[in-house]
Amino acid sequence: MEAQLQQLKEEALQKIEASQNVKELNDVRVAYLGKKGPITDLLKGMGKLPAEERPKMGALVNLVREEVTEVLEARMTLLQEQAIQEQLEKESIDVTLPGRPVKTGNHHPLTRVVEEIEDLFISMGYEIAEGPEVEKDYYNFEALNLPKGHPARDMQDSFYISEDILLRTHTSPVQARTMEAKQGKPIKIICPGKVYRRDNDDATHSHQFTQIEGLVIGENIRMSDLKGTLSVFAKKMFGEDREIRLRPSFFPFTEPSVEMDISCFKCGGSGCNVCKKTGWIEILGAGMVHPNVLEMAGYDSKKLSGFAFGMGPERIAMLKYGVEDIRHFYTNDVRFLSQFHRTEV
Amino acid sequence: MLVSTKWLAEYVNTQGLDPKELGEKITRSGIEVDAVIDRSHGMTNVVVGYVKECVKHPEADKLNICQVDVGEETTQIICGAPNVAEGQKVIVARPGAVLPGGMKIKKAKLRGEESNGMICSLQELGIEGRLVPKAYAEGIYVLPETATVGESALPLLGLDDTVLELGLTPNRSDALSMLGVAYEVGAILSEDMKYPEAGYTESNEKATDYLSLRVDAMSENPMYVAKVVKNVQISESPLWLQHRLMAAGVRPHNNVVDITNYVLMEYGQPLHAFDYDRLATKEIVVRLANEGEKIVTLDDQERTLKSNHLVITNGKEPVALAGVMGGANSEVHDGTTTVVIESAYFASGTVRQTSKDHSLRSDASARFEKGVDPNRVIAAAERAASLLAELAGGEVLAGSVIVDELDKEPVEVVVSPDFINNRLGMKISLEEMTSILTRLKFDFEAANGFLYIKAPTRRQDIKIEEDIVEEIARMYGYDEIPMTLPVGESIPGGLTSYQAKRRQVRAYLEGAGLYQAITYSLTSKEMSQKFALETAPVTELLMPMSEERSTLRQSLIPHLLDAVTYNTARQAESVALYEVGSVFLGETESGLPHEQEHLAAVIAGKWVDHSWQGERKAVDFFVLKGVVEGLMELLGLSKELTFERAIVDGLHPGRTASIKLAGEEIGLIGQLHPSEQKTRDLKDTYVVELNLAKVLNKEVEVLYHEPVSKFPSISRDIALVVDSEKEAGELQAIIQLSGGRLLKGVHLFDLYEGEKMEPGKKSVAFSLTYFDPERTLTDEEVVNAHNKVLKALAEQAGAELRG
Repeated sequence: MEAQLQQLKEEALQKIEASQNVKELNDVRVAYLGKKGPITDLLKGMGKLPAEERPKMGALVNLVREEVTEVLEARMTLLQEQAIQEQLEKESIDVTLPGRPVKTGNHHPLTRVVEEIEDLFISMGYEIAEGPEVEKDYYNFEALNLPKGHPARDMQDSFYISEDILLRTHTSPVQARTMEAKQGKPIKIICPGKVYRRDNDDATHSHQFTQIEGLVIGENIRMSDLKGTLSVFAKKMFGEDREIRLRPSFFPFTEPSVEMDISCFKCGGSGCNVCKKTGWIEILGAGMVHPNVLEMAGYDSKKLSGFAFGMGPERIAMLKYGVEDIRHFYTNDVRFLSQFHRTEV
Repeated sequence: MLVSTKWLAEYVNTQGLDPKELGEKITRSGIEVDAVIDRSHGMTNVVVGYVKECVKHPEADKLNICQVDVGEETTQIICGAPNVAEGQKVIVARPGAVLPGGMKIKKAKLRGEESNGMICSLQELGIEGRLVPKAYAEGIYVLPETATVGESALPLLGLDDTVLELGLTPNRSDALSMLGVAYEVGAILSEDMKYPEAGYTESNEKATDYLSLRVDAMSENPMYVAKVVKNVQISESPLWLQHRLMAAGVRPHNNVVDITNYVLMEYGQPLHAFDYDRLATKEIVVRLANEGEKIVTLDDQERTLKSNHLVITNGKEPVALAGVMGGANSEVHDGTTTVVIESAYFASGTVRQTSKDHSLRSDASARFEKGVDPNRVIAAAERAASLLAELAGGEVLAGSVIVDELDKEPVEVVVSPDFINNRLGMKISLEEMTSILTRLKFDFEAANGFLYIKAPTRRQDIKIEEDIVEEIARMYGYDEIPMTLPVGESIPGGLTSYQAKRRQVRAYLEGAGLYQAITYSLTSKEMSQKFALETAPVTELLMPMSEERSTLRQSLIPHLLDAVTYNTARQAESVALYEVGSVFLGETESGLPHEQEHLAAVIAGKWVDHSWQGERKAVDFFVLKGVVEGLMELLGLSKELTFERAIVDGLHPGRTASIKLAGEEIGLIGQLHPSEQKTRDLKDTYVVELNLAKVLNKEVEVLYHEPVSKFPSISRDIALVVDSEKEAGELQAIIQLSGGRLLKGVHLFDLYEGEKMEPGKKSVAFSLTYFDPERTLTDEEVVNAHNKVLKALAEQAGAELRG
């Protein structure tokens, strides 16, 4: 019986060794170690042995069983690993093939500029004010210290709908309307929007363009507040090391009026093609709100003062992104629009 | 305004500043210098020559062979100018000279004859043709006999000068004169002024003996001064005066006209010279024109007048268009001996109107329109008389003929130094302020803590305290203003809910693959109402620049389609654009149109394009519909959203729907009509437009979360056989209404209209989800609810369960 056991063991070990996959090995397990297998049969047949031989024989059978099981398990682990390996090899892909595109669009570059400016001023406590694009002459001109007959309001320069209605020529009427609505209360607003002028479209002119203006009214608002605010704007928009300078200018709705230049963001001030060799780039117009404008909207110009500023997102986008023709903003060529997809900085 | 720096230095010490530095200082303190123009253009080797001999070229009719003394030598120069002649002093560019425009002068042979240089016209020296005196417009320039042979010709012609081009803002009309600029420069540099001299010996005869004057329109012409000068000799002006005029952008004519222009440039006071004898009546009457009256102006144009145009007459007929241009009938000519010099104050409004009506702008009208200095009217007349005596040999008659009711008082502005400092956020001392006012040559007194300032009449822009704030600030320097931020009650900033939602809409659409477009609001009348969501009158421009841009749009779709056409024509495989913008409908009570913010989108071409895995799909109706459904989901409005088949002009009749929220129409969606697609050479193109304002202003339920249930839901799928024309939306509505409170979800998952179906029938399959958040549903409950749904479907839609 012992010899029979040894033979079984040899047989089983051979078959384990010969098994080439998990299934074959499982068959071996069932064949030799299963309930109906020969080793189990041997155990069952032990009853026929003399009682004194039984423990010895039992131990021997168990030993063989353990031995076979151990070898089988080791083989099993190996084959399983092999199987996984084969599967992985089969599933291997060319990772350099292009991914499935996630198609997204993006903001128009003008919106991108406008929202950037909006967000900057919102962080300083401003609200966004909007108003109609078709305006009354009163809000577009008169309330802004441009009375009828003023040379700056020539019919030739504006699109009139009727004697006293026109397409707004700037976003300033929103300021006039806001002042009227706020009835003497402090104001801190940014007004973005479309405006229209009677120009022939060419590389630097567009009959429709955008503007963004700001207005702050309160007690003791000073020119230094304007300068500080514009400096924050210039640094956030064009880089931390931007310097600003103010130059005297003229607008009917502000007094004093200034124009703001920033140190060139391309050359840093040494002179290049962007700043036309001057080191400075003109960015916006600004000034202290004219007392006539305050009074007309019902503000006491002796008690309250304010500042206003305005700029053209087209110009800013043209400078920032090197766009050379204003018409690109209105052609909506996807090859142009899609370039404003990614983040900056 | 063109300012010769050499001429300027006659009135104010410019401290030998380089013109560029001077320009920078002027710019920084208030008047922008647009350009610094070197009149020499870097020319050298341009000298005075003397034509000793001039003979015709034997080989060329139009060429002359000149022997020219150029100082160092006498040399041969070939000249093609018709006016070259022996005995002239001329401008010679010698070999080695580089002329403006880059022409290099070299020794050359012309038809076999040597030529050692070029005899020049003024144009060849960089002077604009329109400024060259008519006598020399077609040939070389001839210098006066006094010119010294061999010397540089540039100083003689004032070309050793630098001109500052000022870009004047409308408030600074005071700088439309050399004196005005000198005041400004004097203030910047703390220098005093030297005023021009006016001195002459008066004749025994009086001006009033020669001329009478009446003004019938005092408000248009509150001041009129006439001086009479006799025995003038008309000739060319001296060269210094001519080149100053050319530097200022004025063409020299003759001494009398040049003097009036010179004084105009010097004082900013326009003058006019009449030929006294041609006036004929010895009378000047200023009045408003008669309607339809005619005058031929100096530019030989006949002009028909209106009753609001001011004219100078000789008592019978107009002899000048006041403040704009003189009349041809009284023009100074070569034979003139007695001239009347007019110096007047014409009201700005009347001059602007006249100038505009005749599209005629002159140096005079430009100044009157902005308002001249009332205190220079007489001074300018005296200065002109003095120059006529000096340069034209004239005899100035005693006194002037005057009508004068003009207010010449300066405006008083009272301002406290505190006010100035508060406005600026600075601490400028009183002494510094008074020093600035002194430099500006403003009369003032400092008393009781206030500055009492008499604004000079030349500075008509100074009227209120804020104007003084500006004067102090610009002279003190804007660089000195500190940087602060507004203090005081802080207002919380931010976007309104509408604005915030609009940004989310943009982000959503871009996430869905659409690019934001911005198109024009103005369109043609024909296109303006196309695809409009409602019918309303259009808003048209009074004076459009073209028919293409004459009317405000009522839909965003047409211009977006133009953009698709544009991109498709440039090989774009797919185009997906959206726009948020206003449309303009009818008229509100205030007279303005209703401005409605709309959202539109267009898609064309491929939607899915992942070619190496073989996935390519063209856009279709349901792609765009899905975008709209997702948008409404984002905005919390999907429960109220329905689509109803609709017919819209320009869209495919079988593939168009109106979009409704709670039954109210808020937009349209559909495929562009195939014939329109063909016209535009487009493949299938889908459009949608929504009344965005209405959508964003809808009230939305508060976002409140529902606890995630522990209990399972139960799904039942049903495949229904219905008539082909039965709409899925109707079936879905029936299911939802009949499903009871346990039915939580309905999802259409299959549609079949194929050969396996009976003709005229289709199969639609839905998955229904039943669920109770409180407990596990029993089979019986689900069966009950489900049977009600099936019954309703059978009764209301004739739907049978597919076997």
